[in-house]
Amino acid sequence: MEYKMKLTEEQSAILGGSRGETMAKVMETLVRYGELFGADEMVAVTSKYNHLVTSFGLKALAPVYALMDQLIEAGAVSAQKFSVDPRPLDKNVPSNFIQDLVFKKFMYSKQDFYEGQLEKLGLMDKDAFTCTCYMDEVGNTPKKGDVLSWSESSAVVYANSVLGARCNRNSGIIDLMGSIVGYVPSFGFLKDEGRRASWIIEIKTTKKPEAQLLGSAVGMKVMEDVPYIKGFDKWLGSELDDAAKTYLKDFGAATASNGAVGLYHVENLTPEAVELGESLIKEDAKVYVIDDAELKRVYDSYPVIWKNKEAKPKLCFMGCPHMSLNQLITWTEKVEAGLKEAGNAKVVIPTVFTAAPGVLKEFEKTPYAERLRKTGVITSYICPLMYMNNPLSTKMPVITSSNKLRTYTSARYYTDDEILVQITKGGKN
Amino acid sequence: MKIFKGRVVAEGSLTAEALVSHGGLNTLASFQKALQFGDKKATCGDQNNPDLYGKQMLGKALCLPRTIGSTTGGLVLYCACAMKRQPACMLFSEPIDSLAAAGAVLSDVWLEGSPLPVIDCLGEEFLDYVKDGMKITIKPDGTVEVDG
Repeated sequence: MEYKMKLTEEQSAILGGSRGETMAKVMETLVRYGELFGADEMVAVTSKYNHLVTSFGLKALAPVYALMDQLIEAGAVSAQKFSVDPRPLDKNVPSNFIQDLVFKKFMYSKQDFYEGQLEKLGLMDKDAFTCTCYMDEVGNTPKKGDVLSWSESSAVVYANSVLGARCNRNSGIIDLMGSIVGYVPSFGFLKDEGRRASWIIEIKTTKKPEAQLLGSAVGMKVMEDVPYIKGFDKWLGSELDDAAKTYLKDFGAATASNGAVGLYHVENLTPEAVELGESLIKEDAKVYVIDDAELKRVYDSYPVIWKNKEAKPKLCFMGCPHMSLNQLITWTEKVEAGLKEAGNAKVVIPTVFTAAPGVLKEFEKTPYAERLRKTGVITSYICPLMYMNNPLSTKMPVITSSNKLRTYTSARYYTDDEILVQITKGGKN
Repeated sequence: MKIFKGRVVAEGSLTAEALVSHGGLNTLASFQKALQFGDKKATCGDQNNPDLYGKQMLGKALCLPRTIGSTTGGLVLYCACAMKRQPACMLFSEPIDSLAAAGAVLSDVWLEGSPLPVIDCLGEEFLDYVKDGMKITIKPDGTVEVDG
């Protein structure tokens, strides 16, 4: 097959079989994939670590495990170590007998086997299971300008936007293949032109907008385009501190899941916006104004797909994407204050806060961990999406302030303030 | 009969019945039942897609604008092909998205034969014209014949 892409001598040799038939197929996959998007060359992956989306040993993905075996047997393993999305199971998370049976014996019966494959392929360590691999406590934090072969939409949008790294919205398997061969096709967000904004978002709300609601509004409007956001620094300041990063983590995840955003710029805040300012905006950029009424319109548009819309919630998930240390601490204080106000000792809905194993370890070193335990809130490293993504959990009335979880599952969305009322007071203001 | 011309993503030549989604296809939600719960007809399980929900996707010429959803999308399509629970072909009105592209290329390179012919860039008019049940014939040069 003839390719338009300009390959180096080494890349052409790999494609021709110099490193074996399997490696040639890996290169062929990436070249063909890149050519569909007009990639003109393959560029070196420069980040220290990779990040993969497929963390779950779902029995249904047997063909993927067979492909992984093929790669391992041929020695086509990752040149980089990698982190991977969260595990789908955790005994700390409430589940009934039937769920346990279905999860462990049926759905995720290949979990141990698959984790063994991940170790052979280059897993960073046994705790490297999180969607927020970029947290300091996890240690997979790319530098500005690094070229990545990541997947996981919430991690990709964070790496591009908040860290200034360069990564396309890759699918599972493609992510690993870039890391195996050490090159990715250069198109989209890897190019300067692909990082320019075709939307200007003007924030004109009267109070700090809810991160996941604002992200949803932006995502649904711009879909896969790049937005440049103005008026945000009024609420977030002009320093990328822990609070701002946490906010942008949740905002970005919602833009990526409610739309398909892979990169956004925030005026005076995110690295490229600080460096290049409005030169990042395309001449014909469209404008979307977000005020209080627009956020209410978006919120009211969410369908509630529970069979009984008035059902009492049986579970609350916070942390999709995984919570930061800063969030665990501030939420401990919020839950304590809410319970005190309501005259309750413990949360009235079983509640799970999810975070990366490394973040949870650091949290356990603080006095807040014991304080949170006393409120009855459970902490876990689980992926709420994987917990919810089956017919049994779909029937459960689960609430969340994650717009990603709302989009992909039957979980019902509430704002952070509403969630706090639900879990501390049972929905009564 | 109306003829459309698109770009060949994965080559193929076949005739099949059309199944049309006017919204994006959430790949994971749509194929989960087929892969996880042994549904050999690949009945679409995505409740948020009124065009496809509950309909058989196996063996159909799936006409759609794009795929959406989780970045597992590409490997889900790959698995559907490996387990022989895939549509006859996928015909995109828009340029293909990165997740569907991954699924198409992975299947073409790593599986025997050409399990999932894919054509994209067929244009909005294609999706306006084609209806469920119409006879679709695709050719290796990206020609799509729609016989109402």
